[in-house]
Amino acid sequence: MKVLVTVKEVAEADDDFAIEGTDIAEGDLEYDLNEWDDYAVEAAVQLAEAGIADEVVTVTVGPERAEETIRMALAKGADRAVRVWDDAFEEGFSDVAAKVSTIEAVVEAEDPDLVLGGVQAADTGFGATGVALAERIGFEHAAVVNDLEVDADAGVAHVHRELEGGVEELTDVDLPAVLTVQTGLNEPRYASLRGIRQAQRKEIDAKDLGDLGVTAGDVESALDITSMYEPESESDAEMIEGDAGEVAGRLAELLRDKGVSA
Amino acid sequence: MSDVLVVAEHRRGEIRDVSYEAVTAGRELADARGGDLHVAAIAGDVDAFAEDLNREGVDAIHTVGNGEEFDHNVYQTAVAALLDRTDADTVVTPNSVNGLDYAPAVAENRGIPLVTDAIGFEYDGGLTVTREMYGSKVETTVDVDGDRHVLTIRGGEWPAAEGVGDAAVESVEVDLPESGARVTGFEEVGGGDVDIADAEVLVSVGRGIEEEENLGLVEDLADALGATLSSSRPIVDNGWLPKNRQVGQSGKVVTPDVYIAIGISGAVQHVAGMKGSDTIVAVNTDPNAPIFDIADYGVVGDLFEVVPELIDEFA
Repeated sequence: MKVLVTVKEVAEADDDFAIEGTDIAEGDLEYDLNEWDDYAVEAAVQLAEAGIADEVVTVTVGPERAEETIRMALAKGADRAVRVWDDAFEEGFSDVAAKVSTIEAVVEAEDPDLVLGGVQAADTGFGATGVALAERIGFEHAAVVNDLEVDADAGVAHVHRELEGGVEELTDVDLPAVLTVQTGLNEPRYASLRGIRQAQRKEIDAKDLGDLGVTAGDVESALDITSMYEPESESDAEMIEGDAGEVAGRLAELLRDKGVSA
Repeated sequence: MSDVLVVAEHRRGEIRDVSYEAVTAGRELADARGGDLHVAAIAGDVDAFAEDLNREGVDAIHTVGNGEEFDHNVYQTAVAALLDRTDADTVVTPNSVNGLDYAPAVAENRGIPLVTDAIGFEYDGGLTVTREMYGSKVETTVDVDGDRHVLTIRGGEWPAAEGVGDAAVESVEVDLPESGARVTGFEEVGGGDVDIADAEVLVSVGRGIEEEENLGLVEDLADALGATLSSSRPIVDNGWLPKNRQVGQSGKVVTPDVYIAIGISGAVQHVAGMKGSDTIVAVNTDPNAPIFDIADYGVVGDLFEVVPELIDEFA
């Protein structure tokens, strides 16, 4: 079977950052593979190693810069990558439906049996693309999966969904399906030097919307970010200052006041 | 078409608190749009749920009695049916694990704009939603096209609806399509030798500890203080501590006398699990870390310098 993994390059803000217009200043952002997607890549690679998946393909909606991140996924064991970008995405913030329209076209071309992606992207935090995609392409789905066993012969994924409060839901999902993967599902590997070398030779197929038969209208966003600001601190904490020794002394004093002792 | 439909969430026979907060948010939106507030109770003992959900400001309650617990096939089908049979064109539901398992599909299926994890909104002829980005470092306002919306709301941002309403209750039958996803059971996780929920003093460690071999430092601190060791999610994800030590939304909710957060930034999912602690002490290198918003005492500093000194104080 073929596994398609949605991989996003996410931006993380430095501790000190400036806001320019409706986004954080480019120079104050660091880019990396989305943490949740790292677990999805690992799950897919493990399926390949177990002989369940024949091919692992990643799909990314992102500019050329994202290829560094995509190479990381290839170095960890994905076979090849599709990267979609278009001037239409430069217009502003893409909503869930716009991303779904893009990935839908890639799903049609690739015809996967299983789509894995992270629960959410660390930067925008919508947590919705996978489930919306499943609805669009007529796949089954399960969100927030923290345990996965694929029975390819039966065409079923046995999953646990991590609910709040330390409860897991056990669900059987027929394939084809979209599963959104929670952190902790597995232990994502570090890319080996050999993997990194091999990744240089793997294919990253760059496409624009026209290549996929998607129009700019299909990815028009219903959402528009109109302002961005740092939330006002609600802190009324008493901040303890000084060198480590002074701070520890003051902390010890107040902890003893609260009755803390060995 | 300006009514609002709130879809309540429940588990094991109990309405979850965030459902009552969704009722408040839904009432606000319905007021701003001059519409009625509908509330849906789907699956389980829906008659009892309808009674619980009949809070002040609720105009109509619709019960759909298929199944016992959450099933996204049932929720998607029931919500679609209620959007058809009522004047509601907007859905408000909790931004929970189950909310995110069906609400995006409803929005996609109906072609309605979706905004998740809302922490506020205003309606003035058009909807503007407030939500966070970049791991809570910034807030954004987002203008949403059109008059139909699917909104998932973060817990703890709206007050719970109170009082008793005089909502009309109707029972609705829906035809369920075949589903290829079947819930087969539930499992409690995080059992084991220690129940961090019983501890009076918790030393809790987060990503700031950097490496597994550094855990000994916070273990020593816990020993020195007679405290129990707990952690935020990444430590458990990495397999450095067992699941029964995890504080937060998907772990344990704790309310100790003293909670000492070491190298924990204070993501919303973590804070949900410890904000009820009597006294919160936080040590973090980032002065903007959200943990300081709920801390009583804060230290902006390097835990690898502060913690050894603190251990010495109690030695």
